[in-house]
Amino acid sequence: MAKDILQKPGAFFDQFDRKGGAQKTTHYCPGCGHGNAHKLIAEAIDDMGLQDRAVFVSPVGCSVFAYYYFDMGNIQAAHGRAPAVGTGVKRTRPNSIVISYQGDGDLASIGSAEILHAANRGEQMAVFFINNAIYGMTGGQMAATSLIGQKTTTSPYGRTVENEGYPMQMAEIMATLRAPVFVQRCHLADSKGIMDTRKAVRKAIKNQAEGKGFSFVEILSPCPTGWKMSTHDACEYIKTNMLPIFPAKVFKDESETREPFFREIPTLTDEQVIKALELGMLGEPQPRDEKFLKNFTTMKYKFAGFGGQGVLTAGVILAATAMQENLQVSWIPSYGPEMRGGTANCSVVLSKDPIGSPLVVKPDVLAVMNDPSLDTFENDLKPGGLLIVNSSIIARKTKRTDIDTLYIPLTDIASKMGLTAAANMVLLGAYLEYTKLLPLEHLKLIAPRGLKRKELADKNVEAVEAGAKWVRENITAKKTKAPAPVA
Amino acid sequence: MELIKANEAVVKAAILAGCTQYYGYPITPASEVAMASAKYLPKVGGTFLQAESEVAAINMVYGASGAGARVMTASSGPGISLKQEGVSYMAASELPCVIVDVMRAGPGLGNIWPEQGDWNQVVHGGGHGNYKVIVLTPNCAQEMCDLTILAFELAEKYRTPVYLLTDAYIGQMMEPVNFPKERVKPARKDWALYADADSHKNLVSSIFMSTGGLEEHNIHLQEKYAEIEKNEVRYQEVMVEDADLVMIGYGFISRMLLSVTEILREEGYKVGLLRPITAFPFCSKRLEELAGQGKTFLDVELSNGQMLRDVRLAVGKDATVHFYNRMGGIVPSVEELTNVARGYLK
Amino acid sequence: MAEYTQPRVEIVPNLCKACQRCVDVCKPGVIETNLENAFNELGYQWLVYKGEGCTGCGACFYACPEPGAIIVFKRTKAEEDVAGNGKAPK
Repeated sequence: MAKDILQKPGAFFDQFDRKGGAQKTTHYCPGCGHGNAHKLIAEAIDDMGLQDRAVFVSPVGCSVFAYYYFDMGNIQAAHGRAPAVGTGVKRTRPNSIVISYQGDGDLASIGSAEILHAANRGEQMAVFFINNAIYGMTGGQMAATSLIGQKTTTSPYGRTVENEGYPMQMAEIMATLRAPVFVQRCHLADSKGIMDTRKAVRKAIKNQAEGKGFSFVEILSPCPTGWKMSTHDACEYIKTNMLPIFPAKVFKDESETREPFFREIPTLTDEQVIKALELGMLGEPQPRDEKFLKNFTTMKYKFAGFGGQGVLTAGVILAATAMQENLQVSWIPSYGPEMRGGTANCSVVLSKDPIGSPLVVKPDVLAVMNDPSLDTFENDLKPGGLLIVNSSIIARKTKRTDIDTLYIPLTDIASKMGLTAAANMVLLGAYLEYTKLLPLEHLKLIAPRGLKRKELADKNVEAVEAGAKWVRENITAKKTKAPAPVA
Repeated sequence: MELIKANEAVVKAAILAGCTQYYGYPITPASEVAMASAKYLPKVGGTFLQAESEVAAINMVYGASGAGARVMTASSGPGISLKQEGVSYMAASELPCVIVDVMRAGPGLGNIWPEQGDWNQVVHGGGHGNYKVIVLTPNCAQEMCDLTILAFELAEKYRTPVYLLTDAYIGQMMEPVNFPKERVKPARKDWALYADADSHKNLVSSIFMSTGGLEEHNIHLQEKYAEIEKNEVRYQEVMVEDADLVMIGYGFISRMLLSVTEILREEGYKVGLLRPITAFPFCSKRLEELAGQGKTFLDVELSNGQMLRDVRLAVGKDATVHFYNRMGGIVPSVEELTNVARGYLK
Repeated sequence: MAEYTQPRVEIVPNLCKACQRCVDVCKPGVIETNLENAFNELGYQWLVYKGEGCTGCGACFYACPEPGAIIVFKRTKAEEDVAGNGKAPK
């Protein structure tokens, strides 16, 4: 329906109170293309009744003051970051109409990464790129889109290929990406150009309203002040000089065929959230008796081996088991300088009091799964401490005579059960059976819950039992008969 | 009760605190926060997005916060440096968010081991302009949960970014954590952009061109920081009352100093520990009081003395402040620190 | 029959920055600098409609960078729309 009267669109403020000074005109120079682009955008928002939903992201540059004019949501972005700010807005308010309005410094120079990636993500927004091939606000400096030979305050002898390379063709770059739905370059140099721009602006905004994705409209715009020309000459300059380098055409338009996509934000109940966060997997502690806790002396552990032997997991499962007794626990993996000798290792501390340093240097219990671990940590074990050696792999005996040592074929026991990886559970089963520190049933309860791969749960409980059985048959039995050294 | 990695506890706590979005860029040792966010946020209808850089990430946070979301990001030293402009913009636009800085050794690329060398750029505002941000310094997995929830509360109460200043070791630890049982439902903010009729007049911006306008805004911000200093100082004291030597340390170092305190107290020495839980607002008043009581101090840090400057400012020129530090990712052992402290107690 | 007013242009003197874009695009050439060459509040010699010859095409409206400086009255909406196509009868 053709309008009877063409007048200031309602999407503009009636009066520009935020501006100060002459509050019915813009701050733009006479003939500046920003004014035209603003009018076309405001008209489109008006005609499509999107004023309440629109969020205008203004950049840094001459149009940093766009929020003076647009009577809609406004958010001002740091230089070059409008597409990122727009992303944050759109992801938060999926029904918003996000407009990222940017100049050539903002988009083609400092913000080149942001625009490239917002486009590549197909962010649901309309980007209006005002290309006037110069930095207006800061006083006429060269832009990424300045033409070869163009004199500016920072290319006083004219832009040269050797020094500054070529004018950057953003629309062409955008069109190489798959996600953008609509990419067009147009100009404001004459009525036809302005009306083409009008169509492109409306299509970009309509696309967003229909959930079609990322639209990019590059608008060649006159900058009489920056180019030191009359408005008329500036418009001619666009047609004679800029259009050959920046052809005005549609580079890509899948607006009709593109499937709409509307991001839904579901609301969950607290229970659903708790479940999604996988909380409460270990169940509540079942402490045996207060006395146990009160008399518990702090125990420090070090589990060492190579990554695949599950030494880190062994520490975690032991700590989780100890929590059944309401003990304070800490676990920390080898990280940093102590990763010597290529061994993965972790420190575990169990205590009735708040734990200070979680890093165990002098363990009470040291479990080693391979030779480098024994070599590396053997002398750190406290006198009178317990050393558990995986004798399936480590052939040698310890040199220490002031400690208690268990040589257990952990890997063999585990592989006989059909799950070599469960050697770490065999270790824990053996340890608890030997020391009776914590009830074996707690370990069997916790082991499956602590493991990432749930399907191995039963096998791991079996491994715990196998470890305990080995100690009963090879250590405890021998102890009651005759304390002979263990083979 | 969970046994959970501290870096992961931050994410679960954030979600329970009503956080719906995470924008970030991978960097050791903060990547676990990103990975946990990537795993859990989509499952609760939230948004996880890996940005093309930390610069883009903080500006996505700016946009999301401007649109009224509770939003989080995480990084380590080098990434925090890249985010500073964005943080200055958020402080100026009075936008709430939570930023986790899992510190690593610097400067430059440095290495991935723990250090406390971001105090200056985080606590004293590494970006441009007269701004400050609230900085919390957890030292265990439970605090990584509790202080995350507190961070979101304070961020909105004072409309400011809030940092969780932690480090590689704390992030890696697994400890028991009790999580809240319900999720916070943040109230609508009258200043934010909801893309609806009621909010379409709102403007999120940090530009003040009217004469005197920016000064007025600066004064308003300084008043806010004074309010924060009045109400939000937090610290923990262990056996400070009768202590001759008060050790000062935060984050992972405070865990080491707790062990040192236990050992030296058993040896009969009167030593105590003061642990800042808020780096800004700093516990200057309390330090001043302790200095007034004639205490001597031992500041222990993994930096060239970035917190030391604030301690010295607080205790004044008459107090004795010893300083012990390691840098470059080397973490002193409890034994090493015990010997240092004993040296000042003999 | 409803009486038809001719299409016309209105330029708000104090909002015009005299950039001449409207002059450039006005095919019938019916816009010119104000006859007294007077300056408006902003310090520009604002432009005016010559008073007749406007076709209501609207080119000047879109060429004008100022939001409210120029208003184009395309045509009255006839009481009975004879051709039913919303256009003024020839």
